[in-house]
Amino acid sequence: MATIAPSVLRQASRLAPRSVLSAASRRTLPTALAARVATGPSKIPSSTLARTYVTESKRDNAKVEVETAIRLDKKELDRSGMTISSQNPEGTHISPMADVLKQAAKMDEGQRPIYLDMQATTPLDPRVLDAMMPFYTGYYGNPHSRTHAYGWESEKAVEEAREHVAALIGADPKEIIFTSGATESNNMSIKGVARFLGRSVGKVKKRHIITTQTEHKCVLDSCRHLQDEGFDVTYLPVQHSGLVDLERLRSAIRPDTALVSIMSVNNEIGVIQPLEEIGAICRAKKVFFHTDAAQAVGKIPMDVNAMNIDLMSISSHKIYGPKGMGACYVRRRPRVRLDPIISGGGQERGLRSGTLAPSLVVGFGEACRIAKEELEYDSKRVKFLSDRLLKGLLSMEHTNQNGDADHFYPGCVNVSFAYVEGESLLMALKDIALSSGSACTSASLEPSYVLRALGNSDESAHSSIRFGIGRFTTEAEIDYVLKAVTERVGFLRELSPLWELVQEGVDLNTIEWSQH
Amino acid sequence: MSVAAVTGESAQKVLSLYRQLLRQGNQFAAYNFREYAKRRTRDAFHENKGVRDPRRVQELVQKGLKELQTLKRQTVISQFYQNDRLVVEGGLSGKDKEGKGSIVRQKDPGWD
Repeated sequence: MATIAPSVLRQASRLAPRSVLSAASRRTLPTALAARVATGPSKIPSSTLARTYVTESKRDNAKVEVETAIRLDKKELDRSGMTISSQNPEGTHISPMADVLKQAAKMDEGQRPIYLDMQATTPLDPRVLDAMMPFYTGYYGNPHSRTHAYGWESEKAVEEAREHVAALIGADPKEIIFTSGATESNNMSIKGVARFLGRSVGKVKKRHIITTQTEHKCVLDSCRHLQDEGFDVTYLPVQHSGLVDLERLRSAIRPDTALVSIMSVNNEIGVIQPLEEIGAICRAKKVFFHTDAAQAVGKIPMDVNAMNIDLMSISSHKIYGPKGMGACYVRRRPRVRLDPIISGGGQERGLRSGTLAPSLVVGFGEACRIAKEELEYDSKRVKFLSDRLLKGLLSMEHTNQNGDADHFYPGCVNVSFAYVEGESLLMALKDIALSSGSACTSASLEPSYVLRALGNSDESAHSSIRFGIGRFTTEAEIDYVLKAVTERVGFLRELSPLWELVQEGVDLNTIEWSQH
Repeated sequence: MSVAAVTGESAQKVLSLYRQLLRQGNQFAAYNFREYAKRRTRDAFHENKGVRDPRRVQELVQKGLKELQTLKRQTVISQFYQNDRLVVEGGLSGKDKEGKGSIVRQKDPGWD
């Protein structure tokens, strides 16, 4: 651009006298301009025409009195701060500094959807961010550096965070391995244990794994991979409530079973599995018990010793921590041995090499500390909101809750609205951020495999919606959601011919649909 | 975000801390954090209303002061990075009267 401009200007200035003169002859130019053309026709390049000075700049004006400038600036800022705070309906005082960042777009109407998808992820708690900030600004040392203070301070912070994580689940800090998230922890536990026990020499090779059909995709996929490697996997069916049948589990355990992997809280229906009983069975049969507790830790009380858990996956971003962080609990007594997936510098007991991110670790630790402290308060609050939501939703006709109504985490409410397409309801509820199931599968229109595993029909699975309630959900939001859902389910049902038939009292199962 | 009350001059101190926490919490630009900060402060003070042991009171006051510092920093950050208002904030209709919603955003969120 910069190189083109001068040549264009030159071109224009060469053409200008001619065109200006011709224009002047046609009397369309302002008279002032014409006059200027007349006085100096030889030296009027078009560039000088466009460049007009409003005021002449004096030499003194260029000097800045620093003191006055600062005072003026301050006054300006104060004034803008004042005007904003007086405008704000909440009485929120906005600092003058924030005004510096102010840009054009102003919103008069609230447009941002309410967030009710706490199973997918949770907002970062401001207290967590506050703990993380120093590690993004000043403390940037590598926690594995042992030769200088930068490394020591990072390491100290990491070890403190480890203690917080361990305290939340009743473990020893040495048993916590930091990973990149629950998916990595799940992969590490399942593949690691299976591969280690599968190739152990001398003893009986253990090449059998038990899991359930309602597990998270990463557990199921890890098992599928192991099947390709020649392992035997049993996918236990669940009861209609979503709970595992303990008798079936007991009979499925074989002498060569290496691992049982059952999730603590289901991410779609919120069902809490009887962990203590499962742990006892596994301990009695001398089988390792892995649980995917991404949705459970920090939300329901967890104790690895009371529940006899040998391996546990934890995720940071489900407990108001930063994303990209997680942990794996690996029991030391009796020792659980695994084959590491990631090998390298031998950090984290050699189970997960690679430099830790102190900022994320500290954020995760702080999130765990807060979760432990607030567990009681938060559960009470979530229960209260959940009851309110469930009561309102189930008071509508032809709705039912998926999963066990007694053994579920109240923050995860999964409801089926019969005769309404779940996806179209989600589209109609644009002002509420919801999901019909796991975020991993929300791109496809397939019905949820978890709901299918419960024995629900395709129609019922298609018409289900999951509501996630968390620490920052307010009562006003729940009321808004209730109102919106009631209205729009009613609207969508009015459009449905099936609903008309149901209202007339026709049993849909008796209809013989004609083929065409 | 929690603390307690006791007799005499320390009662005054606790009350002032309570007020400061509430006022500071009200300055979150993000709706959910703002409501949480206010609610948590209120609930924590009510929960510890009956605490009489001076040492315990002292502990709780210290905790409250720490939270106040955190709030002061985080409210500023919250004001720097503002989003659109939530649909609930303008009442059930989702509308906010013109000129009142002084929320400013940096860029368009979402797809449309």
